[in-house]
This record gives sequence, structure tokens and C-alpha cells, in this order.
Amino acid sequence: MLIAILTGFAFAVLLLFGGKLVKGKLAILSTFIPLGLFIYFARFIGDVSSKNFIQQDYSWIPSLGVNLSFKLDGLSLLFSLMITGIGTLVFAYTSAYLKGHKYLDRFYGYLSVFMAAMLGLVLSENIISLFVFWELTSISSFFLIGFNNDNPASRKSALTALGITGIGGLLLLAGGVVLGNISGTFNISEMLANHHVIVGHEYYILAACLIFGAAFTKSAQFPFHFWLPGAMKAPTPVSTYLHSATMVKAGVYLLFRLSPVLGGTDFWNTTLTIIGLITMVYSAFHTLFRTDMKGILAYSTISALGILVFLIGLGTHESFLAAAVFIIVHALYKATLFLITGAVDHQAKSRDVTKLAGLRKVMPMVAIAALLAAISNAGIPPSVGFVGKDLIYEGTLHMENSVVLLTALAIITNVLISYAGYVAGIKPFVGKLPQQYENVKKPPFWLWFPPILLGALGFIFGIFPILIQNSLIKPILWSIGLEASEVHLKLWHGFTPILGLSALTIGSGILLYFILKPSQKLESFIAKFDKASPKYIMEKTTWAFGRFSAFWTNVFQNGYLRNYVSTITLFLIILMAFTLLQETTYKIDYSSFSKLTVYEIVILSILILAIGLIVFAKSRLAAVVATGIMGYSICLLFVFYSAPDLAMTQFAIDTLTVILFVLVLYRLPKYLKLSDYKMRIRDGILSLAFGGLITILALEVLAQPVNSEITDFYAKNAYLLAHGKNVVNVILVDFRGADTMVEISVLAISAIGVFGLLKLRLKSVERYQK
Amino acid sequence: MKTLILRTASNYLLPILLLFSIFILLRGHYLPGGGFVGGLIASIAFVLHAFANGLKNTKRLLKFHPGYLMPIGLAVSFLSGILPVLALDEPFMTSLWMHEAIPVLGKLNTALFFDIGVYIVVQGVTLTIIFTISESA
Repeated sequence: MLIAILTGFAFAVLLLFGGKLVKGKLAILSTFIPLGLFIYFARFIGDVSSKNFIQQDYSWIPSLGVNLSFKLDGLSLLFSLMITGIGTLVFAYTSAYLKGHKYLDRFYGYLSVFMAAMLGLVLSENIISLFVFWELTSISSFFLIGFNNDNPASRKSALTALGITGIGGLLLLAGGVVLGNISGTFNISEMLANHHVIVGHEYYILAACLIFGAAFTKSAQFPFHFWLPGAMKAPTPVSTYLHSATMVKAGVYLLFRLSPVLGGTDFWNTTLTIIGLITMVYSAFHTLFRTDMKGILAYSTISALGILVFLIGLGTHESFLAAAVFIIVHALYKATLFLITGAVDHQAKSRDVTKLAGLRKVMPMVAIAALLAAISNAGIPPSVGFVGKDLIYEGTLHMENSVVLLTALAIITNVLISYAGYVAGIKPFVGKLPQQYENVKKPPFWLWFPPILLGALGFIFGIFPILIQNSLIKPILWSIGLEASEVHLKLWHGFTPILGLSALTIGSGILLYFILKPSQKLESFIAKFDKASPKYIMEKTTWAFGRFSAFWTNVFQNGYLRNYVSTITLFLIILMAFTLLQETTYKIDYSSFSKLTVYEIVILSILILAIGLIVFAKSRLAAVVATGIMGYSICLLFVFYSAPDLAMTQFAIDTLTVILFVLVLYRLPKYLKLSDYKMRIRDGILSLAFGGLITILALEVLAQPVNSEITDFYAKNAYLLAHGKNVVNVILVDFRGADTMVEISVLAISAIGVFGLLKLRLKSVERYQK
Repeated sequence: MKTLILRTASNYLLPILLLFSIFILLRGHYLPGGGFVGGLIASIAFVLHAFANGLKNTKRLLKFHPGYLMPIGLAVSFLSGILPVLALDEPFMTSLWMHEAIPVLGKLNTALFFDIGVYIVVQGVTLTIIFTISESA
């Protein structure tokens, strides 16, 4: 399974070198990657449907409990099939949609990185590795939304999406760590065993809130929904694949997966139900006010995600069943609607539903696909949408409390969603063909075949629901620990109240379509409320944050080295004074001090003289030389206290520092007095306070009992384990070698920094051009 | 500084100081010394040479930009750390030792190569910084 996940990453890396190959006629060949993976996962249907879940483990960071464990159960199988199946069609569709685009190879690279990350996400058993893949999907989504990177609106949308989903990713990491601490494992199936411990823990609410934050941002729930309509700036294959069928369902997947771990409590169910309800009704209403096909579909997608969260929140057997079926239903019809939108946009160069009409004459196959999808979307029999909608009503009707309210809201949402489907799927194709579209060319095969295939599947699964019942739906329920033997998906249940509700929904939807026509007026009406929308508030907050950081930077990063030094010193003084003044005992044990020798007195006098010389020097060179004297004196102190390694290094460093100073000073203008007496006195007080505090600190440290465990360990084992007699060096190159490795890397980076700052300055001509 | 004495002396001092820096590097495991100090001493040798003969002559002597020493040194250090992982499946930075001693060098080990990497990086860093600053100041 690891290889299956890594295939996408490997393909993306190969495209770096062989990108030219997929730009031309061979673009369609890249479809074989997702197709092969689809066949690979489809082979497991037999195993999974007989409750034989597949688990594979690879140790990655065992010391932290982070392993690459993958599990293929019903839920992950469904998602894997969706990712690779719709992926196959999207890859093929792209070859026609972006034919001859100069960055087609890049596009395929991002897409396959996304596919691999998404597969990793749904197959991960370990919550930390799930987080890693989760972030990878956010990053690939960022690149895909900003694919048209010369368009400022695309770039902005990409940043918004990355910001929102990125915050969600961090919340997921935090939630995973909290869960890991409570249950002692990062493995989701092992957490399951600790369900009662987790739910009863004092940090349960925190963990649940963090997971909610992650799921709601990823799955575009209110009030984080606004990144999704913005993400429609991406090319349509991306909207189809990431922003309707797979990635936005990652949040739903997470809630589904963690329901048996965290769910079953009032807090969990109520929060999910309320957020789901708000989202589904709020964004279903928004579809009424859009004229862009993709805008309509974006809001109806958010609404559908709201339905899924709502169903998970209900937490009953019926509602989980409904959610499982609705995931399939929605993926099929929504992907189709997006694909036909892309085909229309590609051929007619417009997505405005108020202008498009009569396109069935120029693109009949696309029109058929759109019709199929609109029917399934509206839940008209015999489509699978009908089965799905029935199950939703069954879910709400089986609730104990507020049945009427929940059912009514579900009906309203479904009516509005079916209206959105008609507007996007039927309206552009009926009526009289306007003159401007008479010359629209027929779309190529790969633009109409994928949507028609998906649309037809929606009907096949509707007429023969048994096809998905045993292979996919039952294993999904098993994988969250529910019984599934009573599951019988049927198109016809006889005359039941649910049938009545369905008829009501379908009837109202059709009525609404004939009464209400989408128009610019409606769109400008809703724009008035933009100032109250979460999007506006978020944008304002971001703007204020930017202003604040600019202010902060201007105050503290003012470019004067002396100000930096005094700020840092002042901060340290406050910090040290605060703790030292509270806890110091001021007891000095003179008996432990060794006697002062003549050498030390001499060195100390030299030190004090050198300091005086620095402060009162009349030339820079004298000050630098005095600094050098100080350094050498300290070296001598090291020698007296038997630290030859330190002395040697300090000696060499001091020599080089003085040389560096001299090199720079040599070129500077004449020595100027830049500070007056007031400043000098202020600096003097600051330095004295700092020095005094350091002295107290040093004395305080001496007064503490010494814990020599570590010293003893190194002293004992330096020769036994590392065969060295010089303990300092053994620590540097062996015991703590990884530290040294990082330190020399930092050194190298700083040297590159110096080189870059001084050497690569823009020439004056270049600067002028900018 | 164009003094004849310093210039003449620096020509003899350079190889001696470099030899001394290698000596410091190699004795590090048992006596005071090591890659870091060794690298600094080697840099001082070149800087002294540059002082006496001018930067251009030193650069000509070096034949390549000292910046290249940084990736080389980092690679040597990293390889010596990763070798135990690749060869014996031991944790990163486990030091491996040869059983037989070689004249002068003693028993070869990965820690020594790690230290050699440090030695090279430190030289690259110091010389890059000093050369860059003295050229553009």
C-alpha cells in the first residue's frame, strides 16, 4: 500500500525531468497512473466486503510512536476508489481541457501529489501521519487554486484557502497530540479501545474542539466556508476533483473516522448537528443569488458538506447509513456538474447562467450528462440521489427530539440544492440558442465522456443499489463499529411518509425553478450583506494584523545596532531581575572559593583597564584592540582553570574577530562621536545593571548543589564507548554529534547570508528598472 | 601591509600553520584540539597570507572560492553520520571504529571523518566571510 501511495509522488518527481513528454499528445497517457491505482484498490473490494480489512505497518519514527500504518477498511476503500476513480476521469478530462497549456506538466505534477496525499490521508491509521498527508493536500490545493498565477484574484484565493486549511491542519496536529496524550497511542484503532477513557477525560472538550476546528476548516463549514467559493478560481478539473469530490470531504472523513473515538456524547452530537444545519441552510440559500455556474455549484457543495456533518452529528445508525450513501451520491452528481461546467466554459467561454441557453443543440452529449446529474441531484427516481435523499429523511424522522424542525430544515435544503442543480445542469441547455453561441464547436471526446460516465453511474447505482450495498456501504458501517446486516438499499419502499416528503421536495424544487430566475439583481442584492459575512470579517482581521506587524517592525527593527543591543539587554535585565529578586538567598559561601592568585589579580586588572580603554577610546582602532585584549585575558583565565580547548578556540576566534573589525574599520569614515553624555550615562546604567545581575546569577548558580550525573556519564564513557580521552571533543563529535551537525549547517547558512548580502547587491541599473 | 619581512615569513608560515592545524585536528580525540579549532587555525593561516601578500594572491593560491568548502565539509560530516545507518542499520551518528591501527593516524573511525567535515566547513565559513567583507568593505 505504501508503494501505491508513493506512486503519485514519484510521478510528480519524474515530471520534473520528463515534463515535456506529457505536454503534447501523450498527455492522456498520464491517466494510467490513477487508473492503475483504481484497479489496484478495486481488487480489495472482495476482501473488504467480507469484513477482511487489510492492515500494513512500516515503522517510521518508532521512538515517538509515529508509524506509517495503513488500514484499508470500508471507509478508506470508498475514499480510495473515489480518489483514484474520479482522479482517472479528471486526468483524462484535463488532457483535453488544458490541451497545449504551457504548464500542463506542472498541473499534472500538482494533481498527482494531491492524489497521493489524499490516498495517504484516508489510509493512515496513525493520526500524526494522517496530519502530514492532510497538510500535503492543503499545499497541493494551494498550488492548484493559484495555477493561473498571473491572475491576482487566483493568488489571493489560493492564499485564503491555504490560510484557512493551514490553521485547520495545525488544530489537527494539536488535537492528535491531545488525543495521543489521553489515550497513550497515536493509532486510531487503539484509541477506539480507550473510547470511555477519552470521553470521560477532563481534556475531552479540548480534543473535540481541536478536531472540529480541523474538520470544519477543511470541509468548509460555517463560518470557515468562504475559502471554497474563492477556490473556484482554479481550473475546473481542480474544482471537480479537490473542491467537490475528494479534498473537502477530508473533514467529513475525519469526523466519520473519529466518531467511534470521540462521538456519542451530547457535546459532539449537538455541535455537529448545529454547525451542519447552519452550513447547509445558509449556503443553500446563497445558491439563489449566484449567476456563475461554478459559484452556484460551490455553494451547493458547501451545503452538501453541511448535510454530511449534520448526519454525522445525529449519530444514529440510520444517519450514518445516510451519510455513507450520500457521500457516493454527491461525489457522482457534483463531479458531473462541475465537469459539464468546464465543458461549457471551455467551448462557449462563459459560465453565466443568465446568458447561456439552448446549448443542447451544439453539445448534445454534455447536455445528456448534465440532465442525468441534475436528476440525481434533485433526487428524482430512478437515480441514486433518490435513494440517498430517502435515507436522509429516514435519518431525521428517526430522531427522538425536534423531528419536525430537523426534517423541515432538511427539506428546505434539499429543495434549494435541487434548484441549484436545475440552474447549473438544465438551464444552460434548454430554450432558444442565442446567436452568439451558434458557432460554438462540439467538445472533444474527453470533455464529454467523463461526465456522461459519472452521470450514468448515478443511474446504474440507483436502479441496482445492491451494487454498492454489499461492496461499499456495509463495510463503511463496519469500519466505524456499527452492525450492518439490516442494511437494504432499495429504490421502492412502498407508500410511506418518506415517499411523500420526497415528492414534496421534488415538486417544490421544480416549482422554484420555474418561479425564480437567476439574475444580476439578485446577485447585487446579496452583495449588500457582504460586510456582515465571515469572509469580510476575516479579511479585515488579516488587514489589521498586517498593519500591526508593520508598526511592530518599524518600532523594533529600526536598523540601529545600538538600539538592538540595548533592547535585548533591557529585556534580559527585566527577565532576570524578576526571578532573581524573588528567589535569591544572597548567601555566599566564601569557604568554597579558592584563593586569589597573583596571576588572576594581574589578569583582572588588565581586563578592567581594557574596558576603561574601550569606553573612553578616541579612535575605533584603539577600541578594537582593547576588545582583543579583553578576549585574550579571558583566554588566559580559561587556561588557569584548566579548560585548554575553550582557551584555544577563544584565542582563534578573538584573533579573527579583531582582523574582521580592522578590515571593516579601515574603510569607514573618520571617527565621529555619535552619542552625547545622556545616552552614555543611560547605556552605562544599563550595562552595570546587566553585569550586576549576571554576577548575582553566577554566585547563585555556585550556591546550588551540583548535579554531576551528566558530567560523570561523559567522563566515564568517553573512553569506554567513544574511545576518546578528550571529553570535550568526544561530546562534540560523538555524543552530541547531531547538534554539531546542525551547528555547522547554521554556520554555513550565515556565511552564505553574508556572501549574499554583500556580493549579490543589485546593480544600479537593475534597481532602476525595478 | 607591504613589509618584506612579513611577506617572506608568511610564505613559510602558511604551510607550517596548515600542518599545525591538521595536527590539532587529529589530536583532538585524545588531547586538546579538534576540527573546530583546527579549522580556525587554518583560516588564520590564509588570512595572514592575505595580509602580507594581498587578497588576490591568496585567492590565486587557493585556486577556487573558499565557499565551495562548505558543502564539501557538510557532505563529509553528513556521510560519516549516515554511514552507520546505511551500512549496519545502526542509529544515525553511531561511531564506527576500525580494528587495526594505521601508522600516524591510528585507528580510523567515523567520528574522525565527522571532525574533518567540521574542519572543512569552519574554514569555508571563516574564509568566505572574511574574504567577502574585505573585498566589498
